[in-house]
Amino acid sequence: MGMTITEKIIAAHCGVREVHPGQFVYANVDICLGNDITAPIAIEEFEKAGIKKVFDPEKIVLVPDHFTPNKDIKSAQQSKSLRVFAEKHRLKYYFEIGRMGIEHALLPEQGIVAPGELVIGADSHTCTYGALGAFSTGVGSTDLAACFATGKVWLKVPESIKFVFHGKAKRWTSGKDFILYTIGKIGVDGALYKAMEFTGPAISELSMDDRFAICNMAIEAGAKSGIIAPDKITESYVNGRVKKGYVKYHSDPDSKYSMVYEFNADDIPPQVALPSLPENTKPVDDACGIKIDQVVIGSCTNGRISDLRIAAKILKGKKAHPSIRLIIIPATQDIYKQALKEGLIEIFIDAEAVVSTPTCGPCLGGHMGILAEGERALTTTNRNFVGRMGHPKSEIYLCSPAVAAASAITGKITTPDEIIKL
Amino acid sequence: MKSKCWKFGDNVNTDEIIPARYLNTTDTNELAKHCMEDADPDFIKKARKGDVIVAGENFGCGSSREHAPISIKAAGISCVIAKSFARIFFRNAINIGLLIFECPKAAEQIKEGDEIEVKLAQSEIFNHTSKKTFTFEPFPPEMQEIIKSGGLMNFVKTKMGQ
Ligand code: SF4
Repeated sequence: MGMTITEKIIAAHCGVREVHPGQFVYANVDICLGNDITAPIAIEEFEKAGIKKVFDPEKIVLVPDHFTPNKDIKSAQQSKSLRVFAEKHRLKYYFEIGRMGIEHALLPEQGIVAPGELVIGADSHTCTYGALGAFSTGVGSTDLAACFATGKVWLKVPESIKFVFHGKAKRWTSGKDFILYTIGKIGVDGALYKAMEFTGPAISELSMDDRFAICNMAIEAGAKSGIIAPDKITESYVNGRVKKGYVKYHSDPDSKYSMVYEFNADDIPPQVALPSLPENTKPVDDACGIKIDQVVIGSCTNGRISDLRIAAKILKGKKAHPSIRLIIIPATQDIYKQALKEGLIEIFIDAEAVVSTPTCGPCLGGHMGILAEGERALTTTNRNFVGRMGHPKSEIYLCSPAVAAASAITGKITTPDEIIKL
Repeated sequence: MKSKCWKFGDNVNTDEIIPARYLNTTDTNELAKHCMEDADPDFIKKARKGDVIVAGENFGCGSSREHAPISIKAAGISCVIAKSFARIFFRNAINIGLLIFECPKAAEQIKEGDEIEVKLAQSEIFNHTSKKTFTFEPFPPEMQEIIKSGGLMNFVKTKMGQ
């Protein structure tokens, strides 16, 4: 029996030839990651256990990105604990503000994650790096502490579900729309404990930025990981960034899936997820006209350069509707600089948007755009749970950068076609 | 020991269990004060030490924040029974030693306010109010080893000591 890409990567990291779904393993970790919310607990646990040395100072990444630049004294204390730990253990990868970005945009961009690697992160959206053909999954702070010490993680080998996207993406349909559509079909626990493997001609044509957006939201279907096998597009992204050797794995033709879904990209228009679960998706046409107060373009899902380019294309020469607060957050410093070079930032400021330094900020209701009672946001982030962006009685609608930008202009949910006519 | 049950629905997410506005601290007492706040603002006033949370599918979905099981444990909740758990919440609970039981029948049939008793050795939940018994699958041996050590860090310490 053949193995899936996920099974092959896990087996290679356990030093065995094969593993089977359901099997309990201790796997070797190539990179482990923590942020200013999760790493402080990991550091406390690590120190409480009295362990003196980390397993490898070149394989631990700490990124203060959630409440940074520190929004208050308590978050300053948390960031400080990362900084102190990084210095003490001489960690290679600690990203201070001004050099940082939202972790899941930053790590691939900086070439820290390579295809075929096994990555864990104390952040649920660690599944993002599956887009590179790596096995990558979110864990908790204690897992991270244990990994600091041992370089290992306990895992149950997941079953895989295959999602085949036939056809070709429509004009305004992005990776974000593919994944929202998928979650709408299978539900927020539709892939619980499983690996989601995305494949097919419509996926092969997607840019890396779109692929990151897809794998980023695998967790929103309850999945352990999302993965896209590496191809030419992956290689051209990785070349020049990744400075280490890597292995490209592919699923065997006779590998086993617990389920196979076949979708036709031609049937997938841009999507909107209504409050308060990412599975409440509808074609944007069916949500048109809903009034909104705030639009956010950013996050580890959609704060990359191609997201900003699409937003700028739609916003160019226009202004945000007077009733709208438009917040745009490039996900990393490099993306910010690139956007500046290309004139995108000027377009945003002319459109009367707030442009912020990289931060998670409003995505998790941290800072930089919290909602008041009864307010409604349309956002390119990944979760629309009750209270996620502020007051428990505020509402969040999820969408792609194109829909977000178009809607910012009109003040209500709008299809991009309405703004940019063919 | 009899424990009183508090019921919640499907897909209770970590933002409801412990909202992000409280994530700027790791103080367990502070986290306990806001346990379940956005799912039921009065929960922490009503719940007593030793009580049980009973929930539907996918309990603890959303973020990886360990603050969620920590706040439940620190609030004195003795265990969580659900139809299913989100996977990161599941592993966090095992890793920090919060008892959780996946038992769809119990999760469905137990009513708010019922008094139950969990018999770990027998893998059983007995409902004193309805007089019904439910059985659950014991954890795989490797996870039991982590639980028996008193959590993952203790487990790691003993392993590293060897
Ligand atoms: S951008 Fe949002 S989802 Fe992504 S890591 Fe930050 S808080 Fe989490």
